[in-house]
This record gives sequence, structure tokens and C-alpha cells, in this order.
Amino acid sequence: MNALKLHRILEQNTGLLIFGILFISSIGGLVQILPSLNDETLSTPTMNTRVYDAVELTGRDIYIREGCHVCHSQQIRPLVAEVERYGPYSRSGEFVYDRPFLWGSKRTGPDLHRIGGKYSDQWHETHLLNPRAVVPESIMPAYPWLSERPASAAGDIQRKMQVLQSMGHPYSPEDINNAEAALQGLTEMEALIRYLQMLGTSFDASQADAPMEGM
Amino acid sequence: MSQSNQEIYHDAVVKRLIQFSVFWVIIAMGAGVYLAAEFIWPTIDFGQFWLSFGRLRPVHTNGIIFGFGVSALMATAFYSVQRTSHVPLFMPKLAWFCCYAWQLLVILGAISLLAGWTSSKEYAELEWPFDIAIAIIWVCFGVVFFGTIATRRIRPIYISNWFYGGLIIVIAMLHIVNNLAIPVTFGKSYSLYAGAQDAIVQWWYGHNAVGFLLTGGFLGMLYYFLPKHSEQPIWSYRLSVISFWAFTYSYIWAGPHHLHYNSIPEWVQSLGMVMSLILLAPSWATMINGIMTVSKAWQKLRVDPALKFIVLSLAFYGLATFEGPMMAIRSVNVVSHFTDWTIGHVHSGALGWNAMITYGTFYFLVPKLVGQPLHSIRLANIHFWLALSGTILYILSMWAGGVSQGLMWLSVDDYGQLSFSFREIMASMTSYYGLRLIAGLIFFIGTILMAWNLGMTMRGRNTVPVTPPPVPEKFRLDRKAGKDETTIAPGVPAA
Ligand code: HEC
Ligand code: HEM
Ligand code: HEM
Repeated sequence: MNALKLHRILEQNTGLLIFGILFISSIGGLVQILPSLNDETLSTPTMNTRVYDAVELTGRDIYIREGCHVCHSQQIRPLVAEVERYGPYSRSGEFVYDRPFLWGSKRTGPDLHRIGGKYSDQWHETHLLNPRAVVPESIMPAYPWLSERPASAAGDIQRKMQVLQSMGHPYSPEDINNAEAALQGLTEMEALIRYLQMLGTSFDASQADAPMEGM
Repeated sequence: MSQSNQEIYHDAVVKRLIQFSVFWVIIAMGAGVYLAAEFIWPTIDFGQFWLSFGRLRPVHTNGIIFGFGVSALMATAFYSVQRTSHVPLFMPKLAWFCCYAWQLLVILGAISLLAGWTSSKEYAELEWPFDIAIAIIWVCFGVVFFGTIATRRIRPIYISNWFYGGLIIVIAMLHIVNNLAIPVTFGKSYSLYAGAQDAIVQWWYGHNAVGFLLTGGFLGMLYYFLPKHSEQPIWSYRLSVISFWAFTYSYIWAGPHHLHYNSIPEWVQSLGMVMSLILLAPSWATMINGIMTVSKAWQKLRVDPALKFIVLSLAFYGLATFEGPMMAIRSVNVVSHFTDWTIGHVHSGALGWNAMITYGTFYFLVPKLVGQPLHSIRLANIHFWLALSGTILYILSMWAGGVSQGLMWLSVDDYGQLSFSFREIMASMTSYYGLRLIAGLIFFIGTILMAWNLGMTMRGRNTVPVTPPPVPEKFRLDRKAGKDETTIAPGVPAA
């Protein structure tokens, strides 16, 4: 009853109402988000995790631009079947240089977190140009335009690396100075494939332990 | 406030927003149907980058949520806040600005998505220039809405306004925090958060965009239009107040159920799961409250398509908010995560709840706005059955497909070998995708019928002028002399 009386006051005061909603709705976020943002284990790279070089970064941004993440996850869960299918399960330390994260929410296609090294560059190129050339029943779209555009077209690679550097990604001045040159002569297709081929490779198989959950 | 001199509710902006909302549902749902077809014929993008699945999908989700959903919410918020405050809109010019600026934003935003500008974060795909524009328009929306409440003539603030208020405040908070990023160029930025932390922030946003926009905002619609249309008071006002606070408090915690078994700390996942289960209580309390409210109006329900839509939407709301907590249980989520089951859940809420309640509200509101009966009741009844059968077929096909997909992915034989390859499982989904396409077409055809029906009802007609009715003595809010007196028109009792 007392609570309802209190409520009567809230119910008749616009300012209190606004404040009340803001206060009540921020509690959950403060308790969940703030500790996570301060959790060092989530921002510490695993042993071999490194920043993306100029070509891989360009490839990654093409992956985002084309929306590969709406059909492909990059997150292997610690389940027997999943580890069997895709490889060692994903660790938070492998993603510390991922801005944004690309874990995805839907697997229309298979997980790609450890796709690096699974196929040859040639396979990827054929597949991306026309998935049905290598997988007849595939429902993945074709990406013919990627092989026509130069990887350096946007011309913003140095700026990109500077922005990332400002957020703590350890790029050296040479990395940034040589970035334009690294992209010279490459197509978007080649940059994307370079990215795919390095995905998940920073993880050392000898660190892999048993899956946590039986299923 | 000189603009409220004539003391007539500002309904023209409501009508315009409804027109835009209907426009967007056609465009964005059309995109959804096209996506559904691409699952079966992957080559129908014809090598055009802008028809490519990865770029078209966010146009579907953003077009529906921000174009259709937010336009409908703005329209109904503007309509109901005037009625429940007994005063015309505060700063009506700003309301018109919100109306048009928002449409411009959604159109340009959709084009930018097709051009490949995207942050990749679901429901927050639009890049930073759009994020800033959204924040500005949203604040204007808030000024109009809360300004109207602040100048109200009736003491209590009615419950629907709480939900609309929650929508405005919480979405603003989520939007700003989740979209913090450092720009590189006009169409590209890098998130301020990385990896696992980015994921936690994004799903705090993503889940609560569902919570406070697709659920809370539309509950505001429910709490105004259900009692209004069924001509029954809310069954239990106290229950609605309690569930409002329980809802606002607990929704925020549930985001991590989108990240079960992902690389985030276990305590975060467990907390997300527990809070999702708790969320069942306020959700169902609201549904029961709604059902009990119409329980005395069954007669009307038999003949009135608008009320049928609203009541059915409550049933689907109950379904989606039961299924959601179940999917938030970690051992269930192991199967459902990443599969088409999630898509089935999404559309049981999206078609069954969001679309249906909006359709019902439009069928009720548009004739009222223009002072004309609905062009064709028969057509609206046909639409009802199309919508119902389309939704059920959509959900069933995605459930069946999603559950079998999830179980096959996890299936291992006695030697620990996978029972099925990914490609086999993918190929086995074709018939489910076919059924989904048919379901989508059925639902889409119904929507087109509605657009025509509403268009014919509105055609060439202006909104009828409505003056605020007098407030009963008991609830009258006395304002200090000098502030309000000038705005009170003859015929309306002064405070
Ligand atoms: C419509 C959803 C969809 C989109 C968008 C999509 N894919 Fe796929 N992808 C699939 C499907 C389905 C498969 C499985 C069939 C096949 O191998 O073609 C697949 C398979 C793959 C494979 C092979 C994986 C393996 O382990 O065999 C790679 C690599 C791949 N996709 C990369 C990409 C890239 C890069 C993009 C963006 C440019 C992309 N995909 C966009 C659906 C999609
Ligand atoms: C009590 C209420 C609800 C709970 C606890 C809940 C829970 C969940 C869960 C567990 C998922 C799956 C996440 C995953 O495995 O990836 C999900 C997805 C989703 N739900 Fe709900 N749900 C609720 C109500 C609703 C309602 C009413 C809607 C309205 C439309 C809705 C829309 C969505 C959407 C859009 C997604 C997909 C998110 C994505 O992956 O992109 N939910 N929900
Ligand atoms: C005719 C009706 C519709 C059809 C055919 C349709 C089709 C689709 C398709 C094919 C997808 C992609 C699924 C995937 O990637 O596997 C999708 C996703 C989505 N749709 Fe729809 N849609 C329709 C209506 C709606 C409505 C009315 C809403 C919202 C109110 C909506 C909200 C969404 C959302 C939020 C997603 C993303 C789900 C996720 O990421 O998990 N859709 N839709």
C-alpha cells in the first residue's frame, strides 16, 4: 500500500517519472556492463593474437561491408559437436582486436572462426565468384564484383590504422606508413581471402583443452 | 504557448505518420519476402551488390523496426498523449519536424545500408552520421511527448504514457552507449569497444531495443487502444503499474541470453538467463490484464476486425514471451542458438505481436481520424485471416526447420563422429524455406489489402477537428494563474 502511495506521487509528476524510469532501467546495465568493461581477462590477448595488418584489415572491412556476418558466425561454442566440426572453441582473448566483434547470431552458412588454412586461396576465389561452382547445393550469394575493385580504392587505410592505434592497437609507425603500399596491386577479393586465411590461426592447438560441456 | 491557441488536437501529423508507417511496412516487408526467396534461389540477386543478401537483410530489419515500427509508435504516442493529457501537442511544429526528419533518416539510412555502410551491430547497423541524427530527432520526440504531459490538465499520468516514456528514455540511453565509435570516414567508424566487451554492450542494446521498442513501445499502444476500443476500463490498473516497473527493471538484465556459451564470463550468462525467466512474470501479467480487459467485450470481438487483430496480437505476445524465456535457458539455447528457430521466435513476435497490434490500431484509428467508416470491413476480415494463417505457417515452418537443424548440427555418433555434414543439413532446409516464403507472401498480400483499404478510407479527407473534453473536477490539475488561462478556448471549462 505504501508503495502505491509512493507511486501516486510519481504518477503525477513528469520529472519524477522520467527520473524514475532512467534510474530503474540503468541498474541492470551498471551491474552487468561496467564490470565487464573492467574485466581484464576480456581485453587480454591470447599468446599469439596480433593486430590485423593493412591487407587483413581491409579484407575484414569488406567482410563487414558485404554482410558476411549475417549468415556466418565467428564463435565456436565449447560443445563436442561444435569443436568436432569447426575446431578448438573460441576464447575471448582471440577477439581483443575485433572492432566490431563479428560473432553473429545466425548460421545460414558454417562458422568461419577457424576457416583460416582450411581451403586454398584458389578454392576461396572460385567459391566467392560462384559458390555453386564448388558446392552445387550452396545457397550462398556470389560476389563477382570483388575481383574487379582494387583493395586500395577507399584510400583510407592509413586513417583507419591511426584510429585503431588511438584505441590501443599496437601498430608501429612503419606499419602505418607502409599500409598504402601493401595494398597496391591487390583486388578486394585478394584482401578478403587474406583475411579469411588468417582467421582463427592465432590460436595454438597445443593450448586446446577438452570441451567444457558434453552435448 | 501561442500555437495551442485554437485548442484543437493536432491529428494531421498523426495521420501523416500512419501513412509513412504503412509505406514502410510495404517496402521493408517486400524486402523480407525477397530475402526469403533468396534462401531458395540464391542467384536472384543477379550479381547486383545492392540485392545481395548481406546488404538487403539490414534494410529489412531497419526498415521494419525504424520505418514501420517507430513511425507507428510516434503516431500513436502523439495521438494518445493528447487524449490522456486533455491538451493539444506541445510544440506541434517540432512534432512535424520529427515526422519528416525521421522519414528522411530512414530513407537515407536504407540507401547507405545498400551502399555497404554498416557498423554490423544488429539493429544498430546505421553508421555514425545517422546515429547522431537519430539522437537529435529522438530528443525532439521526447520534448514533444514529455512537454505535452507536463502541460496536461488532468492530474494522473495514464499508464500508456509510461510505456511510451520508457521507450523514449531507455532507447536514447541504449542508442548512445552502444553506438560510441571513432569515425574514420563519413561511412566508416570503429567501435569504442572490442571483442567480448563489444558483444556484451551490443546485446545489452539489442535485447532492449526489442524490449523497449518492439515490446514496451507497443505495450503503450495496447494500454491506450485496447481499453479505448473495447470500451472497457483496464482490468487491473494496479497490476499494470506493478508490471510496468517489473518490466523496466528486469528487461535490462536479460541481454546476455544472446551470448550463451559464447566467449563471455559465465556469471554474465547465468544472470541473463535467470533474469529472462523472471521476465516471464511481468510479460504474462500484462497479457492476462489485456485479455481480462476485453473479456467483457466478446460481442464486439465477433464483428470488429480491428479488435480481433488486437486480441490476437495479445495471444502472440504471450506466445513469444513464453518461448523467449525458454530459449534463454542455456540447455535449450544450445539447440536454438544460430538456427532458424530464432528466426521463428523473432517473427512470432514481429508478425503476431508487432504487426498485428499495429494493424488493429490502424483499422480502429484511421476511420476515427477522418470521421468516416472503414472503406471495407469485409476486406479487413479477409486480411485478418491472411495475417493469422501467414503468421502460423511462418512460425511452424521455422520451428520445424530450426529444431531439426539445431539437433542435426549437434548430433554425433557413438564414436564421437559428426552424423551429418553442414552441407547435408543445409540442403535439408529447402522445403522449410519454401513454406516460409509462402507464409511471407500470404502475410504480405494481407498487408497490401490493408494499405489499399486504409488509403481509400483516408483518400482526400482531412482529420476531423477534436477539442479536448472537460476534465472531471476530481482529476483536474490546477495550473498557476496566468500560464494556462490564455490557452483555454471558450466552451472548455477553465481549470
Ligand atoms: C545468404 C547467406 C550467406 C552469405 C551472405 C554469405 N555466405 Fe558464405 N556460406 C553460406 C552457406 C550456406 C555456405 C555453405 C555452402 C557453401 O560452402 O557454399 C557458405 C560457405 C562459406 C565458406 C566455406 C565454409 C566451409 O567451412 O566450408 C566460406 C569461406 C564463406 N562461406 C565465406 C563467405 C564470405 C567471405 C561471405 C561474404 C563476402 C559470405 N560467405 C557470405 C551462406 C552465406
Ligand atoms: C520475455 C520475453 C522474451 C525473452 C526472454 C526472449 C528471449 C530471446 C532469446 C533467448 C533469443 C535467442 C537469442 C539467441 O540465441 O541468439 C531471442 C531472440 C530474439 N527475440 Fe526474443 N525474447 C522475448 C520476447 C520477444 C519479443 C516480444 C520479441 C518481439 C518481436 C522478440 C524479438 C526477438 C528478436 C528480434 C530476436 C533475435 C535477435 C537476433 O539474434 O538478432 N523477443 N529472444
Ligand atoms: C512477410 C513478412 C516477412 C518476411 C517474409 C520476413 C522474412 C525475413 C527473413 C528471410 C529474414 C532473414 C532470416 C535469416 O537470416 O535467416 C528476416 C529477419 C528478420 N526479420 Fe523479417 N520478415 C517479415 C516480416 C517482419 C516483420 C513484420 C518484422 C518486425 C516487426 C521482422 C523483423 C525481422 C528481424 C528483427 C529479423 C532479424 C532476425 C535475427 O537477426 O535473428 N520481419 N525476416
